[in-house]
Amino acid sequence: MSAMDAAGPPLLPPDFQRWFESRGWSPRTHQLDLLEVARKKRSALLIAPTGAGKTLAGFLPSLTELAGRPRTKSGATAARCGVHTLYISPLKALAVDIARNLEAPVAGIGLDIRIETRTGDTPSHKRQRQKKIPPDILLTTPEQIALLLSDAQGREMLSDVKTVILDELHALVTSKRGDLLALGLAALRRLSPELRTIGLSATVAEPDDLRAWLVAQPDDPDGTRTLADLVTVSGGAAPDITILDTDERLPWSGHSARHAVPDIYQIIRKHRTSLVFVNTRSQAEALFQALWHVNDENLPIALHHGSLDVGQRRKVEAAMAAGSLRAIVCTSSLDLGIDWGDVDLVVNVGAPKGASRLAQRIGRSNHRMDEPSRAILVPANRFEVMECQAALAASRAGEQDTPPLRTGALDVLAQHVLGVACAGPFSPDDLFAEIRAAEPYRHLSQRDFDRTVAFVATGGYALRTYERYARLKDNGDGRLRLAHPSFAQQYRLNVGTIVEAPMLKVRLVRSKAEGRRTPVGRGGRMLGEIEEWFVDQLAPGDTFLFAGEILRFEAIRENEAYVSRARAQAPKIPSYQGGKFPLSTYLAASVRTMLATPASWDRLPAQVRDWLELQRLYSELPKADGLLVETFPRGNMHYLVCYPFDGRLAHQTLGMLLTRRLERAGAGPLGFVANDYALAVWGLSDLGAMIASGQLSLAGLFDEDMLGDDLDAWLAESSLMKRTFRTCAVIAGLIERRHPGKEKSGRQVTVSADLIYDVLRRHEPDHILLEATWQDAAQGLLDISRLGELLTRIQGRIAHTALDRVSPLAVPVMLEIGKEPVVGAAQEALLSAAADDLVREAMG
Amino acid sequence: MSPFTAQQPARRFAPVCHDISLAGELVGLHDSGALWWPDEDTLIVSDLHFEKGSSFARRGVMLPPYDTAATLEKLAGVIDAFDPSRVIALGDSFHDTNGSDRLPATYRAMLTTLQLGREWIWITGNHDPVAPVSLCGETMEEVRLAGLVFRHEPEEDTTPGEVCGHLHPAARIRRYGRSVRRPCFATDGQRMVLPAFGVLTGGLNVLDEAWSALFPPRAFSVFMLGEGRLYPFTASRLVAD
Repeated sequence: MSAMDAAGPPLLPPDFQRWFESRGWSPRTHQLDLLEVARKKRSALLIAPTGAGKTLAGFLPSLTELAGRPRTKSGATAARCGVHTLYISPLKALAVDIARNLEAPVAGIGLDIRIETRTGDTPSHKRQRQKKIPPDILLTTPEQIALLLSDAQGREMLSDVKTVILDELHALVTSKRGDLLALGLAALRRLSPELRTIGLSATVAEPDDLRAWLVAQPDDPDGTRTLADLVTVSGGAAPDITILDTDERLPWSGHSARHAVPDIYQIIRKHRTSLVFVNTRSQAEALFQALWHVNDENLPIALHHGSLDVGQRRKVEAAMAAGSLRAIVCTSSLDLGIDWGDVDLVVNVGAPKGASRLAQRIGRSNHRMDEPSRAILVPANRFEVMECQAALAASRAGEQDTPPLRTGALDVLAQHVLGVACAGPFSPDDLFAEIRAAEPYRHLSQRDFDRTVAFVATGGYALRTYERYARLKDNGDGRLRLAHPSFAQQYRLNVGTIVEAPMLKVRLVRSKAEGRRTPVGRGGRMLGEIEEWFVDQLAPGDTFLFAGEILRFEAIRENEAYVSRARAQAPKIPSYQGGKFPLSTYLAASVRTMLATPASWDRLPAQVRDWLELQRLYSELPKADGLLVETFPRGNMHYLVCYPFDGRLAHQTLGMLLTRRLERAGAGPLGFVANDYALAVWGLSDLGAMIASGQLSLAGLFDEDMLGDDLDAWLAESSLMKRTFRTCAVIAGLIERRHPGKEKSGRQVTVSADLIYDVLRRHEPDHILLEATWQDAAQGLLDISRLGELLTRIQGRIAHTALDRVSPLAVPVMLEIGKEPVVGAAQEALLSAAADDLVREAMG
Repeated sequence: MSPFTAQQPARRFAPVCHDISLAGELVGLHDSGALWWPDEDTLIVSDLHFEKGSSFARRGVMLPPYDTAATLEKLAGVIDAFDPSRVIALGDSFHDTNGSDRLPATYRAMLTTLQLGREWIWITGNHDPVAPVSLCGETMEEVRLAGLVFRHEPEEDTTPGEVCGHLHPAARIRRYGRSVRRPCFATDGQRMVLPAFGVLTGGLNVLDEAWSALFPPRAFSVFMLGEGRLYPFTASRLVAD
């Protein structure tokens, strides 16, 4: 039923209608649809491409309702009717941006509606005032919701919320912040049973997941899910995407796309404003520098990534909004939401890693729906050419590969339970029911819930030694209460799910080398923040790229890294940590199919085609659903290379486990290296001969049982697990979060988290926090779920080819071998010489 | 046969130590972080920090309650191996003043068993300035034996032969772009700072400012704890955190 046929008064009140007309607009169908949904008091998911007027559509029902809401000016009455509409976005900048964008319609229609933001930056007097006199519409973030729900006054302020608008829902639900928000939403639903939600999302693979996320689920984890209504805005004009066609030689490996820099510069010249996306900060730095190197016309090109100083980022954003920039080189820090106005081109350097990710990036260009977005993909190496091609095909077919919904994390649950207790006594049974109504926690077992509550109370250890220090005490009426108000303060300092890697501030000082007599100068400009692990590997005098400059590392002083400007031509670029995002399963399958189907190669550049032809000639092509394993000798080593195409994380885990197994089989492996597409293992024994003689069984080697004991044994020593544990321990409140200027430094937190991890593993391996760590690692850093799927897929489909030398397809992964974390110019030369050797060998 | 084994014929084997000379006395550094003084048949451990977990729990930070057991187990291991006639705990044996009072009965019994048949000296530390409650052993601020003096915190004017703890020395080395950080012994031949023996204790990098009053800059050595051995480095080879 179309909204227009609805009976009753018009969906859009006359003064709204007049405002639309005054702007020469008419309300769009989806905007009316949402008004209709709201009138029925139902929740809805709105899926729309950027530029469809999504935000206004989300707010229209609230604005019309508030327009009709009587208001008295007296503070007392205003306080009693609390916040009407909550708007929650993943970025605080987005909240501020939206507040600004709402000014126009509110003023234009002449509405008396108070709209305020509340973020980490909101001054405390304003927060206090908001609690006393709540605004009608509050724009905020998931963390602020958690904070408000953790005290009685805050709950009071939110007790009458009618509508919750969740912006960029597709991005929110994929993280622990989404878990925190889902729990907050469940609490809000109990506070205000009439509450309805409106989710705003980009196109996703499984809309039903988001629809379920938006509403309370029935108390039957295996039953049918309750779904919010769905409003979809179809397509707009199809984007115009091309892959950069270059005359330069396509690199075999690497991610810098250096070969394409002159081409990218020419593209920037020919457009008004370009957004140049890359996958990591170090790539952003490298590309930005390379572009300035060829910037003969001094075009205003800027750099934007999450590690830059906030002030500097805001300056870039302001310049962008003012239209005074021709290009921004950026990372996912610009992936989301904010309206940049006049971007007419998106350049995606490197592989897109996922079809939906690409679609969202492309959506950043040209915020008018009816015109096609323009995008150019720049693959940085030969495999990426295929990946770009697959992403292009997916985009044309409208395929999506957004990740599936998460299972709610237990560390976030622990944080939430403490937050609930901070607001007042609670009944564990009621809380359990409330939490299970949240989609991510639908399958939460009573046992895990009880263990989590026990963890919050006393640490949840088998030795019940901490009963007398318990943070939660029996209230005498079956409810639990906070044992001491100081724990509420503890909670407020630790709230949130974002645990940054320990960072050091980067401060520009005068070089020690220049003014030799003075010690390192003080008080220079702050350039931004950098991960501690990176600084750890620098020696004074080392140069690296940061904030678009070549800097010389001088010293560490407390929480700051002192740097000076360097004159070096070739900085030691931060080691490439691999793509942040693993190759999506969908794109991986497309690339495998493409490889296995020579008929589809005509879309590929000649260089890539030739390469694949040679692979077919000298070795074999990997099958779409099987696994190709090649063995060959090289130098005094023997190599085993396989091509699962399941992303670097899964490959790294596989590499760890394979080397353990090869060791047991007496094959004496010496090392391995993984990229997004392949895995290479090497050693001194002739692996090919061992396989041929039956001494080594590939089926046994790749058996699924490696995910059992071998995985456990490896994890015991893995530093990845320790890092993951640290994050979980901070979120769950076992370790206190670092606060600037006080508490522990991140450095000390790291030490003690490692010690705690060791002690726990040894004495209580089933502790709930270790379980949370394991779940986290399985979903994230280790990608165990994907490795599991890979192992199942290839059972009985492993093909072995023994070669006498490296195959063409193996060249890229072989080039990753021996890459030192810090690469100087001399090593570059060495690498490129080594690369040429390999290529000659393979193509010989 | 070394004089050491000649004096102790009953010992099954001599635990492997890294022997060095400290103010003229021969002492052995053990990879557990304990110091062995054969001439006095004395074992020295520092900064046990018993009941650190429960000390945090009192403030609502529920660290695992296994630290005391684990530290005791480790201590039992070295006492078993060296079978010393005297043990000196160099201070901060308990994480706070009430620590010895909180010590669960089983652990108290274990500790008492370890103390049987040997002299036991508790040096007071900043965390435990008073004598432990209902435990054997003598409590002292410092003790002098032969050429060595034992106290918790190092004093600024070097007394030759000072053996102390307090600072939890740790060192970091870097090679091939990777770094390793470990607890360590730190010494300049006149003074010896022991690593913390407790399992839930962090470390302070020996290149930190706090150390500058103790050792001449870069003119001291560390012995980083390894598996079954120690790794000696001169301070100039180390890196800061």
